[in-house]
Amino acid sequence: MNEKHKKALVKGNDAVAMGAIEAGCRFYFGYPITPQNEIPEYMAAHLSDGRGTFIQAESEIASINMLLGASATGARAMTSSSSPGISLKQEGLSYMAGSEIPGVVVNMSRSGPGLGGISPSQGDYFQATRGGGHGDYRVFVLAPDSVQECYDLTMLAFDMAEKYRNPVLILGDAMLGQMKESLDPKTYRPTGTFDKSWILTGAKARPGRFLKSLYLDDGELTEHNWKLYRKYLKMREDVRYEALWLEDAELVVVAFGSMARVLKSSVDMAREEGLKVGLIRPITLYPFPEVFIRGTSRHIRHFLVMELNTGQMVEDVKLSAEPGARVDFFGLPPGMLPAPDVLLGEIKKVYPSAASAPKERS
Amino acid sequence: MKQVFKRPECLIDVPFHFCPGCHHGLVHRLVAEAIDEFQLREKTIIAASVGCSVFMYDYFDVDVVESPHGRAPAVATGVKRARPDAFVFTYQGDGDLAAIGTSEIIHTANRGEKVTVFFVNNTIYGMTGGQMAPTTMIDQISTTTPYGRDPEEAGYPLHMAELLAMLPGTAYSARVAVNSVKNLMQAKKATKRAVQTQLDRAGFSFVEYLSACPTNWKMSTEAANRRVQEELIPCFPLGVFKDRRAGQGEDPKRAKE
Amino acid sequence: MATATAEKKASVIFREDRCKGCGLCVMNCPRHLIVLSDRLNDQGYPVAEITDMDKCNGCALCAQMCPDVVIEVWRS
Repeated sequence: MNEKHKKALVKGNDAVAMGAIEAGCRFYFGYPITPQNEIPEYMAAHLSDGRGTFIQAESEIASINMLLGASATGARAMTSSSSPGISLKQEGLSYMAGSEIPGVVVNMSRSGPGLGGISPSQGDYFQATRGGGHGDYRVFVLAPDSVQECYDLTMLAFDMAEKYRNPVLILGDAMLGQMKESLDPKTYRPTGTFDKSWILTGAKARPGRFLKSLYLDDGELTEHNWKLYRKYLKMREDVRYEALWLEDAELVVVAFGSMARVLKSSVDMAREEGLKVGLIRPITLYPFPEVFIRGTSRHIRHFLVMELNTGQMVEDVKLSAEPGARVDFFGLPPGMLPAPDVLLGEIKKVYPSAASAPKERS
Repeated sequence: MKQVFKRPECLIDVPFHFCPGCHHGLVHRLVAEAIDEFQLREKTIIAASVGCSVFMYDYFDVDVVESPHGRAPAVATGVKRARPDAFVFTYQGDGDLAAIGTSEIIHTANRGEKVTVFFVNNTIYGMTGGQMAPTTMIDQISTTTPYGRDPEEAGYPLHMAELLAMLPGTAYSARVAVNSVKNLMQAKKATKRAVQTQLDRAGFSFVEYLSACPTNWKMSTEAANRRVQEELIPCFPLGVFKDRRAGQGEDPKRAKE
Repeated sequence: MATATAEKKASVIFREDRCKGCGLCVMNCPRHLIVLSDRLNDQGYPVAEITDMDKCNGCALCAQMCPDVVIEVWRS
């Protein structure tokens, strides 16, 4: 890319692919599904002719398994899909987590359940953070809210995957994937150096290594699960969130992804009307910014969680907030994203009047 | 005196977990001998599968990655594309390859991925206790076909070696058996030929090994071996169905130049 | 471990701890020199053994047909 730092008008899906290639991803395996097809198409155009490997696999199941194989050898590899295809990948994610194999998986969510529709939705929050796959594992989840973040967070995803030897999921949605915004194609800078002593390269001058998730001997699997658990706790050091207008807030809106970007306008409008509203936008959905929310809830006692679903992230906010804090919820099942003034109306419905405001904790 | 038979070098010196008389041990040994003979230990990466063969990483002193059930050919694809100079193979049973994994095996062959697949066909599910497999023969008894496989209800045994030979991406496809000395020697040849196909980068290579499962067939070792000869081979003929480098079995209209 | 005497045409060693008594060696020895003995190994399997080492010519078919790599063969 010659003009690396010249801003361009780029589609979200393309930004994901650009970020991946900039971060050194040379292996992509995917399957067509609306609304993310620009990602495999971009990869097909840019990884062919010996620059890397692009395979349009026979299914989303095959592509997650190709990712597992390529990543097992230490390569930076990625797959992408949308909601129903991500459901198909869950077994592969569980195996990757159990075998501690890194990899980046992109979900440009569409509406569900089932075949659903192709409009934006945030109905995959549970799938992403609670793992649709089996077993006690977690996936590191990043939720962009702009084309720039589609690029930046995809680059970060490869580092996090290698740092933690774990799959990383980028949770976008149809709107983010399809919209065009100005993108500054920054140069990738690694955020650390990552241990590669486990990769499969052919057992030259050493015994064979294996990557597996099967542990049958007494106590082995228990110990392995504790090890994974400790790793997931350590992920907290990489929690990310955005906090706006909190200093004197009496109500904090909590939202992620596309919903949060619309709400930035709504909260701005609220502030102009004199309402003391703040916004917390989790960027890592796992690790969830529970410590920050708990701390905030000690002096701001009222939260409004707003999502494009019928109630998913709100559970994590409730779990994080101190007992006694009020957590309201506004949800919309998948469909069109509401305009900022519509959401402002919902904020006003719950905004505390002087008489009904919850008492400050003394 | 010189030693004329010993354990292959790359086969780790531990007991096999297989049942007495199981043919997995023979096929493991043939594959290990090929790795030794072609000096591939340091270049081999195995995509292991699920079934009685799941413990491959305990037996071969090479790099191994475990794959979900049926997906080993896709995992092998990822491995080989990332490490084109590695010798990459899968080793799968009839449930893994011909039931849950039909999509992956066909498309891996169809893309002509330069990997090798060793397919152990014993017409039954071993690890899970003897249920019907896609390769279970008509009238064969299994725990889920207690009255014998009825094609009206349960379909017909799949013939994978022939199926895969039809695909232009396949460069070598053969079916062998290991129930007799004569058949074992042919099986060894096919194993080496499949390995050579990958080393020559000629395309996808595949060997199907008809095998006995005395435990789940509920037979003695001797009876099980006889069954391979008298029942399996007539149903699943032995032979080389395609050998591109020998100019055999290729449809000239469909073959790549 | 059962061992064979040294001055013969061939020498065969059975690793009895690995034998599963499957009998494939018994079936495939062209001279019918191998039997399943009464002795059980630690796994509880009756171990295979060669009855008459003098008649063995080291063809190694027993070793070829053993699924558990129990047998090693030497030939002069």
